Amino acid sequence: MTTEIPSPAAAPAPKKTPAVQVVGVGGAGLQAVALMAQAGLSDLTFAGVHTDARLLAVSPLPRKLLLGASLTRGLGAGGDPDMARAAAEAEAAALRELCAGADLLLVVAGLGKGTGSGAAPVLARLARENGALVLALAALPFDFEGRRRQQQAEQALQQLKKAADAVICLPNQKVAGMMDENTTLVETFKFTNEMLVNGVRGLWRLVTRDGLVKADFADLCHVVRGRQAESCFATAEAMGENRAREVVEQVLASPMLDSGRLLAGADAVLVSLAGGADLKQKEVNQVMEQINRLCENADLIVGAAVDAEFAGRLSLTLVAARRSHPETAPADEAPPAPAEPVPPASEFPTGEAALGADASVPARSLQRYVPPPPDLTPEMAERLLNRQAGAGSRRKKGAGLRQEMLPLEVVSKGRFAKSEPTIHRGEDLDTPTYIRRGVALN
Amino acid sequence: MFSPNPNTITGLEIGTSKVCAVVGNLSPEGTLGIVGVGQARSRGVRKGEIVDATTAAEDIRNALAEAEQMADVEVRSIYLGVSGAHLRGFNNRGRHNIPSVDRDITEEDVQDVLKNAKAINLPAENHVIHVVRQHFIVDGQEGILNPVGMLGAHLEVDVHVVHGVTNRLQNPIRAVKGLQLEVEDIVFNGMASSLAVLGAQEKELGALVIDLGAGVTEYVVYADGIIKHTGVLAVGGDHVTNDLAYGLKISMSRAEALKIEHGSAVVDPAVKGQTVSLNNDHGLPERSLNLEHLRRIMSLRVEEIFEIIADEVENAGLLDYLRAGVFLCGGGARIPHVQRLGERVFGLPVSLGRTKTISGMVATLDQPEFAAAIGLVKFGSFQQDRHRRRGPWLNRVKSTLTQILQRD
Repeated sequence: MTTEIPSPAAAPAPKKTPAVQVVGVGGAGLQAVALMAQAGLSDLTFAGVHTDARLLAVSPLPRKLLLGASLTRGLGAGGDPDMARAAAEAEAAALRELCAGADLLLVVAGLGKGTGSGAAPVLARLARENGALVLALAALPFDFEGRRRQQQAEQALQQLKKAADAVICLPNQKVAGMMDENTTLVETFKFTNEMLVNGVRGLWRLVTRDGLVKADFADLCHVVRGRQAESCFATAEAMGENRAREVVEQVLASPMLDSGRLLAGADAVLVSLAGGADLKQKEVNQVMEQINRLCENADLIVGAAVDAEFAGRLSLTLVAARRSHPETAPADEAPPAPAEPVPPASEFPTGEAALGADASVPARSLQRYVPPPPDLTPEMAERLLNRQAGAGSRRKKGAGLRQEMLPLEVVSKGRFAKSEPTIHRGEDLDTPTYIRRGVALN
Repeated sequence: MFSPNPNTITGLEIGTSKVCAVVGNLSPEGTLGIVGVGQARSRGVRKGEIVDATTAAEDIRNALAEAEQMADVEVRSIYLGVSGAHLRGFNNRGRHNIPSVDRDITEEDVQDVLKNAKAINLPAENHVIHVVRQHFIVDGQEGILNPVGMLGAHLEVDVHVVHGVTNRLQNPIRAVKGLQLEVEDIVFNGMASSLAVLGAQEKELGALVIDLGAGVTEYVVYADGIIKHTGVLAVGGDHVTNDLAYGLKISMSRAEALKIEHGSAVVDPAVKGQTVSLNNDHGLPERSLNLEHLRRIMSLRVEEIFEIIADEVENAGLLDYLRAGVFLCGGGARIPHVQRLGERVFGLPVSLGRTKTISGMVATLDQPEFAAAIGLVKFGSFQQDRHRRRGPWLNRVKSTLTQILQRD
């Protein structure tokens, strides 16, 4: 977040609804966006970007941009993200023009291959420089696509996280887990595309439709902006009498939320409900109560909208964002400095040599009395050095030799250690509840 | 100075955090008033059961002495409250065929059917504490409260049985007897609390009484005026303290103090980021703790207790019968916002149990911690009442004679 982003209000002409643009990058992105265009989401503009001229020509999207015509001659990036990135950088001006005027840019891409991995981060960066809120919807490859794809996807995801305001991941493998094993490949891909479409549809509704309880573009910005983080979304629909309960159950069962676990760790959650005119106050209450319970401390924003096309149905879209882990976020900001080589134990300097060499030991040490080195035979010196080295590395908090803790936490039962354990359905109730439920206190 | 009074009833509850003795006076008109209360910090009890008999006996003596002093009576016998994870409650049915030719159900038949209901197949080391009659069934017709004088071929009775392990029940009895006191009867603490807290109307409507003690949590379900379900969960306020001590890495005594001062059953979003500073012996701040963590640890524990109880009650199919809602007593009822949490878990109105059916010393009666001990006194008054109604033997002979005469 180094660039200053002009707020939407500062735009020359005040607009009623924020302009939303959906750009599909790469083959998967094009397909998904084409599907969205057919799904009849009005007020959205769709565009496609690819390095492959043939696919681009087939796509029904209204606006298309071929990347790297000179570099690849329109034959695709061949699964090479670097090539795609170069192609995108070469067309920076055209990309910038493509997303000009958008308040919200949704970058839809399938990561792992060439164009999606390479060009999507570039597009996201350019759009953000233009002042748009950039959300990236990224589909991660299936396991069967191989190790290399996975790695490329990981890398691209890191870059995308840095470039976009928020990245919403759709791990295809998880989606596949939701489906029957006998599903055909075509259907699987169609399904994952539909998940993307659903996600966009939920966001679109949020941004464009007026709600009874308003949650809008500004709220979305509030939730995702600045968090640059692992966001996740889930959407579900239910009808019938118990729809309020079912819809939450469905959302929580969704692999996108890791069975609700991600929700518990989220620090900002946006919930958008849509129903027909028969949407009841009770149902909204019921849904929110359940969600509130799961993420009590998150910054929760609720929107509820009534839409005639949802008669009898209740749809729930949930966007949860968590501040990214400080260790993972700046991972590839710069080529990581080579880790300082840890001196092997036997080489650990001792005595005066240590004081001179180790800059982290301040001058205070110099005032300490340091005995002159005793006269030693070489073997004795060797032995002494070894011993001191062992002690020294412990004192230094074991820079290299730290013993990892096993994840098995042995919980002491405190005052109940000697009494008869209280076992209820196989759980030892003497162990603190928060430990048994895995609630992190941070 | 002390005068033994036959109308004095004393209830003694040997709790995990305190020993509590309550002295009640039964007036000749049959009204019950509380005249003395004594309590002492309990040191020899874990999870509702005595683990150190010597210190427990000392604490009992102190509590009783205080109560005697206040009531100005000498306590000779007590009604003793018992608890612990070994107590179980279940419903049983006894059957009896009416032998008489005219199929007239008599008092003897009722005694017989009750005896049959008490004949329960239990392990030898178990002792039955209560057999509470629920209702009679005459030839399949349910819901009969008193079958004497009715006609029928089969008489059945539903009873609620509470039983426990004999040796573990003997421990508190022995501790009391060691002080040269008689134990009139032992009573399940949860039942005693429900007697103190519920009026006839709530029993009729259906209510769940939860006694959130320090060591154990007892619960009793009343529906249609009768006890339907009882249970004990050996989890209580001590567990909250222990969780806090573990989670916040502080000593037990400090955890206890923090629990009382800053505890809450719900985590308010407003406490996010707030801290509590711990002072050392000199009153200087030593460490600061995250208030949200404290509340979360506590809230999760209390919520779990409620969830387990809600689960049990629902499995017994009784959750829909609790039209009067849930009543909380015991020290846990003092946790701020515990009602709010309870309402969320049970989906029922939750209120703090108040002992409103006994006169005298209102300040004492209002405290949820004393519910069990007061209930013991009330239980005792029922027993006394029953004895008194039976009266001296002459009356008994007279009534038997009248019965015989009436039958002809």
